[in-house]
Amino acid sequence: MSPWTSVPYVFIAPSLVLLTIFFVIPVVTAFLMSFTDFDIYSLANLSFARFVGMRNYTNLFSDPLFWKAMFNTFYFLVVGAPLTIFVALIAAVLLNSKLVRFKSVLRVGYFAPVVATLVAVSVVWKYIYDPHFGLLNYALGFIGISPHDWLSNPFWAMPAIILFAVWKNFGYTMMIFLAGLQTIPEALYEAAEIDGAGPLQRFWKITVPMLAPTTLFVTVVTLIGYLQLFAEPYIMTGGGPVDSTLSIVLLMYQQGFRYWQMGYAASIAFVLAAVIFIFTMIEMKIQGETKAA
Amino acid sequence: MRRRRVKSFALTAFLAIVAIVVLIPFFWMITTSFMKTGESFAYPPVFWPKRFTLEQYAILFKRLHFLRDFLNSFAVASLMTICSLFINSLAGFAFAKYSFKGRKFIFTSFLATMVIPAQVGMLPVFLILRQMGMLNTYWGLILPGAVSAFSIFFFRQYMSTIPTDLIDSARMDGCSDFRIYWQIMLPLAKPALVTLGIFTFLGTWNDFMWPLIVLNRDTMYTLPVALANLMGEHAPDTELMMAGSVVTILPIMVLFLALQKSYMSGLIAGSLKE
Repeated sequence: MSPWTSVPYVFIAPSLVLLTIFFVIPVVTAFLMSFTDFDIYSLANLSFARFVGMRNYTNLFSDPLFWKAMFNTFYFLVVGAPLTIFVALIAAVLLNSKLVRFKSVLRVGYFAPVVATLVAVSVVWKYIYDPHFGLLNYALGFIGISPHDWLSNPFWAMPAIILFAVWKNFGYTMMIFLAGLQTIPEALYEAAEIDGAGPLQRFWKITVPMLAPTTLFVTVVTLIGYLQLFAEPYIMTGGGPVDSTLSIVLLMYQQGFRYWQMGYAASIAFVLAAVIFIFTMIEMKIQGETKAA
Repeated sequence: MRRRRVKSFALTAFLAIVAIVVLIPFFWMITTSFMKTGESFAYPPVFWPKRFTLEQYAILFKRLHFLRDFLNSFAVASLMTICSLFINSLAGFAFAKYSFKGRKFIFTSFLATMVIPAQVGMLPVFLILRQMGMLNTYWGLILPGAVSAFSIFFFRQYMSTIPTDLIDSARMDGCSDFRIYWQIMLPLAKPALVTLGIFTFLGTWNDFMWPLIVLNRDTMYTLPVALANLMGEHAPDTELMMAGSVVTILPIMVLFLALQKSYMSGLIAGSLKE
């Protein structure tokens, strides 16, 4: 055992200091802030902020806009996440087949949207959804679907954002599934084939259960990522029409940095944190159970 | 055997068609960016310019300061990558090769921060930066995001596999701890540096929400913020917006294609570590 030395402390000091200043203190402050009426006047002079107890939270929970944003975010989550994971799984299984040629080229093609700058592709897709000149209406015309003004229609705006999100993100999940597929022993499939199991049966009886841990991981990553929906509505719809794509983070941004209602915005941030915390706890519980079993 | 080849062809063709559909937005973005203003207002949509023109790029770079925005993006992403690699590898080294009091506790605390999303602390970070006079600066963008628990974890895992004998014998030769880190550990951890380097560069280049909050002076804008602002003023100019998108996406795509192998291996390693 080497004698005591300050060296390791010096080595972790930069990260410890930065993390304290820019993460630990801010999170604690945000928590305290959520119990104050911190607004644009407090921005000029911090001492103007007053303690208001639970008022921000009670206001928040009685604000229809907050519930609208919650509803939208969960709509995006509940439809978008399974769809992304499903598309990714199908793509991964097909791409994993020995029959497929040019695998690496295809993989890069599917992955390209993941790397592309979110703001830039959101801009591109806004034009794809254009009611008059957009590619989507043009493509749908071939199968006899009449044109829609996707992003200006409160019913279609969220589905349009979901479709965009699936396109943008499935490549990432697909790569993780591809890695997971490599860990399934070939012998399992051979044995099943000898026993007369068809491709669909092999998929449901071998691939799906064997990928369960991978699926859990990508589900949590996708859910937590999708909860933070922001740039897509910011660019494509501004949260509209009639707040149909207003997300929790967009609401927090608007309240905090546009109207400078920072106390109120901080309470939104903590609701978001609570939801993410619950998701993580559920994941850990499921993971613990599968490990015990 | 013949049937197998038919099946192979059919499946590959199907997947290729899907890939084309996935890539059409990029293709359309690129060709439209070379059209003259107003040319894309057509039904059916046009996929190829009548005559290739650099008109839109000229507007972007001459009138709209996109070169400045590009340089801002490049500077921020590069500085962030260097700072982040340095700080996180140093911590990763300490956690991998030293035993010290509180090691486990501090390491677990680092990892625990991953559970809370950055948005939660965003409002106070804004106030702190304002107090420090770092709004509208590169450092205001870099310092709050430089430490990454994931990177520290990744470096620790990687450096744990480097034999401790190397360190011991270097120390016998009178090598200082920092030199051991700088001249032995870092060169050996090159694959980890490359992987995390691309992750950080890409993540910073593509980041939107944080620059949107920290930057309100247009001379400091990064490309995503500039593009979002351009959208506010030039939304009807489809061709111009596409050129702006190309300028934003192209550099990062080239980088990704060049370093794809390290990127993908890092991505998968990250998921398996869970």
